[in-house]
Amino acid sequence: MSEYYYFYPKWLRLWHVLNALLCLALIVTGVSMQYTTHVNSLIRFDIAVNIHNYCGVALTATYFLFFGGNLLTSNGRHYLLKRKGIFRDIIKQFHYYSLGIFKKRQPPFPLNENRKFNPLQQFSYVIIMYICMPFIFITGWALLFPEVILEKFLGFDGLQMTDFFHIVLGFIITLFLIIHIYFSTIGIRKSNNFISIITGWHRSH
Amino acid sequence: MKSHLITGLILIISPGIFAQEPGSNPAPKFVSENIECLQCHGRKTYFYHNEWTDMMVKERMNPYYIIDSALFYASNHRNFKCTDCHSSEYQSFPHSGLLRMELGYTCMDCHGGDENFADFQFERIEEEFIHSVHSTRHSEDFTCWMCHNPHTYRISARRDLIPDVVAYDNEICLSCHANINKFQLLTDKINPGILEKHEWLPNQKLHFLSVRCIECHAEQENDMLVAHNIKSKEEAVRLCANCHSQNSLLFTSLYKYQLKESRREKGFLAAMALQWRKNNLITAMDSIAEVNDRNESTDGSVASVVPPFIIGSGSNPLMNLISLILFFSGLLAVMVHVILRIIYKTS
Repeated sequence: MSEYYYFYPKWLRLWHVLNALLCLALIVTGVSMQYTTHVNSLIRFDIAVNIHNYCGVALTATYFLFFGGNLLTSNGRHYLLKRKGIFRDIIKQFHYYSLGIFKKRQPPFPLNENRKFNPLQQFSYVIIMYICMPFIFITGWALLFPEVILEKFLGFDGLQMTDFFHIVLGFIITLFLIIHIYFSTIGIRKSNNFISIITGWHRSH
Repeated sequence: MKSHLITGLILIISPGIFAQEPGSNPAPKFVSENIECLQCHGRKTYFYHNEWTDMMVKERMNPYYIIDSALFYASNHRNFKCTDCHSSEYQSFPHSGLLRMELGYTCMDCHGGDENFADFQFERIEEEFIHSVHSTRHSEDFTCWMCHNPHTYRISARRDLIPDVVAYDNEICLSCHANINKFQLLTDKINPGILEKHEWLPNQKLHFLSVRCIECHAEQENDMLVAHNIKSKEEAVRLCANCHSQNSLLFTSLYKYQLKESRREKGFLAAMALQWRKNNLITAMDSIAEVNDRNESTDGSVASVVPPFIIGSGSNPLMNLISLILFFSGLLAVMVHVILRIIYKTS
């Protein structure tokens, strides 16, 4: 008999869908700007910049929903990394994904009420949501208010360095998104996790 | 000016003071020889003995004939006697009226073909000047002296602080273009209107303090110290990206300016929408394409013009390549995983 856990309350699902749409728009416009030339670009440069700016501002706002929600509800506990044996657990989970899964072994960290994420998932979410996201917001907003940027940073032009970090962070988040979507297909059924994030209920067996 | 005159008087009275001035150049060679001229021409008033009335007379000196001795002895021509360039007949007073017809030397009379001045490329300067609007739109009345006062001019490049060089060089242009008395020596136009004509220029004051007029108004040659081919105002640089490009870090300051200005005028959200108007990018990029096309057509080779750095656009091909490799590696890993899942029939 299947067990169901209510992993995704309404506020979280709302945040997740907004976050997903905005991130997609930011990635598409960001990539379009990054590889633009004077001959062609995926989206006309000025339009891409406008969409990127509006979505960036909106994403910052939705981040507060995520941050506040995690601060005020018990959902935040899933993002607290344990100190001991964290890397051992991550490696164990990695082995499962690269080998164990094909040998039809049981997941080493089955999900339950107290464990919403496996260690690899948890670690990557924390890195993305609590490190990459805040930094991409800071660099993004700095590019909107360039007068606050240092003239020089480590001997380089401050503005160009800010731009560089912003792009690198965007790239990391894009890679994360691809892997995130792919790993969502791993479950009891391929569609299982996608249904979960819509209904809020996670089916564990 | 007043302080210069006072200093000048002190110098005339006490030539030995030069030797004591710390950090200054060696004393000028002919200070004592020039005293005779400068005792009148170095002052606003002068005295002479009127032989007819047998009285000492105090007169005002024609302001255009006053030589600021402090500036003269700091100038490039500091080691000249007045009579090196002016007739020795000036040594008698009153000066003969005919001396007014004296034909003054031009730069090329002394500097032309002189190996000692080869670095300054006077011949090329003359050639550029002949093509400039100063020469083509005016008669021979426009001589070197219009800009380079032989009594005060000193070459300042590489010796002074940049802002001082800018101020000094711009003062040369402004001595006509912001001084109607001198301006009308060559034209009947009423007002050069420098400020109004540059109203379009963002941060006008800052540009005037940091950029020499000739940077935008003259044709720049890499191997010339100072450009002399002054172009017509229609040909002046007006495209911001020409200076604010990737080669100079100036481009980032342009980005900052644009955003700040539009935010001030339109508010934050509207500013975001306006910050990169289509024509900004198109103009900047088209100018590069145009340069490439032009260079290609003249010498058959494709010029390696670096496109301007646009914030938000990938200007680093290496970074673009690395990011693409990483991206497709990630995608490949996912594909391999998918294939293995299909083979092993795992959900």
